[in-house]
Amino acid sequence: MSTNYEDRGRGYNGDEDLDRGRGMQGGRGGGRRMHRRRICRFCIEKVDLIDFKDIRLLQNYIPERGKILPRRISGNCATHQRMLAEAIKRARNIALLPYTTD
Amino acid sequence: MATNRQYEVVFIADPVADDDEVQRLTDNFKQLVTDQGGVISKAETLGRRQLAYEILHKTEGTFVLMEIEGSGREIAELERRMRVNDRVLRYITVRVDEDRRRAEKFKSRRSAKAARKNKGAGGSSSSAFSTEDEA
Repeated sequence: MSTNYEDRGRGYNGDEDLDRGRGMQGGRGGGRRMHRRRICRFCIEKVDLIDFKDIRLLQNYIPERGKILPRRISGNCATHQRMLAEAIKRARNIALLPYTTD
Repeated sequence: MATNRQYEVVFIADPVADDDEVQRLTDNFKQLVTDQGGVISKAETLGRRQLAYEILHKTEGTFVLMEIEGSGREIAELERRMRVNDRVLRYITVRVDEDRRRAEKFKSRRSAKAARKNKGAGGSSSSAFSTEDEA
């Protein structure tokens, strides 16, 4: 009984992983599905400050829905993801970026 | 100590206001800040832009950026005025000195590391990565 349940649990997780892979393809146009490359673009470009007025930059990190692109997909490091999220939220506040799009 | 805070204030002016009126509005705010003892280090109009969502049934607005140095008291007064003013659709104030100082620190640390690397014929790059992550 319990093993049965675990099996189902595993199956569900697999589904989720598949979904994630598809999302990645659609969102970032990333080719590789199975192994993600963890590269923080901001670290490479040595960005110390993310400006909330730089909409062109921020727009790369909000897919169609207007949500903030998660770190597991963009590959950003924690520091830069935090800076980015803060900047996006500020930009939303003054109507430079949408909260939602429908 | 408290007088050298830096702020970035962005406000959206009503689209019915023409360039002159926006200019007058900005000058007004600038005057207010200097009267309160603040210093305007920059003031520029970012231009008319489509809003990402409607504010008070307006779909566009003129964005104005001001950089202010001061104690914070003039910011309080400025915000109060902007809240009352019908021509200001929205404003945001961001304190930037701390973030800038932090950025400066990152920068100097990085250049120090580069200098060390050049002298010591290549320190391990993995350590450089880990410090950058935790910083």
